Amino acid sequence: MGQHVIKMPDVGEGIAEAELVEWHVKVGDPVNEDTVLAAVMTDKATVEIPSPVEGTVSWLGGEVGEQIAVGAPLLRIEVAGEGNAGDAAPQAKPAKSEEPEEKGAESAPREPEKATPKPETDEKPVSRDQKAKTSPPPKDRRSLPTQSRKEGEKPLASPAVRLRAREAGVDLRYVRGTGPAGRISHEDLDLHLEAGHRPGASAGRAPDNRVTEFKVVGLRRKIAEKMQLAKSRIPHITYVDEVEMDALEDLRATLNKKKRDDQARLTLLPFLVLAMVRAIREQPNLNALYDDDAGIVHQHGGIHVGIATQTRNGLVVPVLRHAETLDLWSCAAEIQRLADAARDGTATREELSGSTITITSLGALGGIATTPVINHPEVAIIGVNKMQVRPVWDGAQFVPTRMMNLSSSFDHRIIDGWDAAVFVQRIKALLETPASIFIEE
Amino acid sequence: MRDIKCQLLVIGAGPGGYVCAIRAGQLGIDTVIVEAKKPGGTCLNVGCIPSKALIHAADEYARLADYAAGRSALGIRAEKPAIELARTVEWKGGIVRRLTNGVSGLLKKAGVKQVDGWASFRDGKTVRVETQTGMQTIEADNIVIATGSTSVELSGIGFGGNVISSTEALALTTVPKRLAVVGAGYIGLEMGTAFAKLGAEVTVIEAMDRILPLYDEELTKPVRKRLEKLGVMLLTGVKAERYSESAKTLSYSNGDRKSDTVGADKVLVTIGRKPATEGWGLEELDLSMDGRHIAIDEHCRTSMRGVYAIGDVTGEPMLAHRAMAQGEMVAEIVAGKRRAWDRRCIPSVCFTDPEIVSAGLSPEEAAEAGIDARSAIFPFQANGRAMTLEREDGFVRIVARADNHLVIGIQAVGAQISELSSYVAHAIEMGARLEDIAQTIHAHPTLSEAVPESALRTLGHALHI
Repeated sequence: MGQHVIKMPDVGEGIAEAELVEWHVKVGDPVNEDTVLAAVMTDKATVEIPSPVEGTVSWLGGEVGEQIAVGAPLLRIEVAGEGNAGDAAPQAKPAKSEEPEEKGAESAPREPEKATPKPETDEKPVSRDQKAKTSPPPKDRRSLPTQSRKEGEKPLASPAVRLRAREAGVDLRYVRGTGPAGRISHEDLDLHLEAGHRPGASAGRAPDNRVTEFKVVGLRRKIAEKMQLAKSRIPHITYVDEVEMDALEDLRATLNKKKRDDQARLTLLPFLVLAMVRAIREQPNLNALYDDDAGIVHQHGGIHVGIATQTRNGLVVPVLRHAETLDLWSCAAEIQRLADAARDGTATREELSGSTITITSLGALGGIATTPVINHPEVAIIGVNKMQVRPVWDGAQFVPTRMMNLSSSFDHRIIDGWDAAVFVQRIKALLETPASIFIEE
Repeated sequence: MRDIKCQLLVIGAGPGGYVCAIRAGQLGIDTVIVEAKKPGGTCLNVGCIPSKALIHAADEYARLADYAAGRSALGIRAEKPAIELARTVEWKGGIVRRLTNGVSGLLKKAGVKQVDGWASFRDGKTVRVETQTGMQTIEADNIVIATGSTSVELSGIGFGGNVISSTEALALTTVPKRLAVVGAGYIGLEMGTAFAKLGAEVTVIEAMDRILPLYDEELTKPVRKRLEKLGVMLLTGVKAERYSESAKTLSYSNGDRKSDTVGADKVLVTIGRKPATEGWGLEELDLSMDGRHIAIDEHCRTSMRGVYAIGDVTGEPMLAHRAMAQGEMVAEIVAGKRRAWDRRCIPSVCFTDPEIVSAGLSPEEAAEAGIDARSAIFPFQANGRAMTLEREDGFVRIVARADNHLVIGIQAVGAQISELSSYVAHAIEMGARLEDIAQTIHAHPTLSEAVPESALRTLGHALHI
């Protein structure tokens, strides 16, 4: 009986370790050739590992969820006849600690002693082979120069080549070396110069060839899925118009000055929400969810305004419920409360779902217009751009005026361009004459 | 005295300074060099050259002494030798004179104006030189600081009387009966070995736990063995404390505060060298420092525009050939050429017995640098030429990257192997791989054959071992 060690295979380009996601076997299980033993996951794919031999599983190399380095022992199978465990013994600690017991139980006590030096003597021819391989045979030549230098490593070139390059103003880090080990020859430098890399042109920073991989998980993954869903399903129409804000800003300033201490400071948002409530009263089809699989539009009476909020972890959308029931101050207070809850992560599941229309604001960062992505399955999203003082022609002269753009997107399957324009124009009119927001018709 | 105006002023005519001035002169730069002593600096006058002269004399003497004592297997008999050290020193002085005169001649030929005197900075463009004929002001567009280094004094045992630095040791006219060497760096061991061969009872005291602490232990072991064979007493891990001129004893203690003394007619203190940063107005310039030495960039520029620094004053490694390369580069930079320090290695040689050569990284240094490296040694025991020289001690060691076999370091220890230093430095500078060295035909029988053998051994198939 021998031990066959199965090592973590190289499951993908450039992957140094993989996550063990599932054991299909346990110690003591009999396995046949091609029995699936385990599943490992890299950032790119989940790979099943089949057994190359027949035997009994004798050792598992890790727990599910563990990262295991490529080449590290993954599991051992007790096989009839000789295994391959000999050269694997020095590889991993778990293997070492188990080995003496097994060997002691099975064979004469002299053998384990012999077995320890054996891998070392075995290793010589092995490593010699490896050395022979790494010294490049002609056919490998083409692949060798592509060996990329590590950051901070000096390009390999003779002093004469280095001097010539320096005098020609060529940074050798940009020159492809075709010689052994990527050495840059005079010919390589000639080619580089001929290729139009004129002196001085290549002076600058070395190209950064690093590629860093991040797993898209958690909130980011959710965001990614939602965005993909919205963009792949919904034909967006985006409509941008500008709003004169002087009147509203004056009103807001006055109200803030006179507000009671227990009242939240007014931002633009509560005014916008109330204006939207008024506009939706005239165009209720904009406050709707479109179940496109079923082909049904659910037009809601309650106006639940999602307010896209940037948090440290990413974008979340807390929901202002029943905006149609709120006055200006309670609306401001609720928006403030929701934003705080979203940012400190205490927002409940309910508070983060159930919107029927959404507001997105990148106002503080500036920007003239945005193309907001609809919060699927809603049909409209109102985007707020930065308010700026711009010259506005009043018929006689340019007047400095506080102007703000609204960039709004609509699901063109449900909302026609005309309706979208009417909706935005209505909000614009309400914001420009803020008193009309509060006058019951 | 009329002020001098020039394009380039070099302060210090040591190996760095004079090479810089010669090259600048060749390039047509109006150059002035100032030196308070003889041209050639520490290296020519009291360092590399005179010490090698003394080592050669000691080797010759020791060889004859071996023949006379019947210690040689060669069948050569000789009379007991005698040495008149005063004459040796005179001979050595002749070599030094020839070389320093040669340097003066070269400077003159290159059109460099030499000013004898002590320079001090007034500002970043102006230097005043105290010459024998008065104060000379020199104004320069560019100034190169090449003031070198000085011996570090041991606290408690200052230079003076029988406590000497290497400079005085090279001028001794009689061989001291008992010589204590404080500091087992390369200077101390080179001198200590020479005096031991000349018949002195030599004791070496080193605070670190082994000799030549800058080299790795594998490399220094053959040197230690040889020193022991020469009868040199090695006291490592102990500190020299006080020297009594009257009793002629040097006291020392180890970590447990246990004290002891050793008899010493002369105490040679060689505990290192420090950048010469005093007495020439460094404080007027307020240059950025890097520890005790002047901070420089890859163009040898200091923190002040138009002021360069080269050589020992810029720190380790304090080696003449580094200074020379820096000097040459700075002259070319001043001449408007594009240059930057991009050397791959600075070889170092230790003229102990056996000699040590090192270029590039040792296996430990490669590991510290995070390089996956392989190395192998080839011992001179398996080299025919070494046998015919009666010196089979030592080896050649090669260090190469595991992935592409690029040679990143070569070290050697052995008799007469200092000349290998240029070859191994050249291999590294050219970007040689193990295969390049292995595929180069090395003449037989030479000590150099150990180099391709060590490369082959790293590749796993040495022929002669």
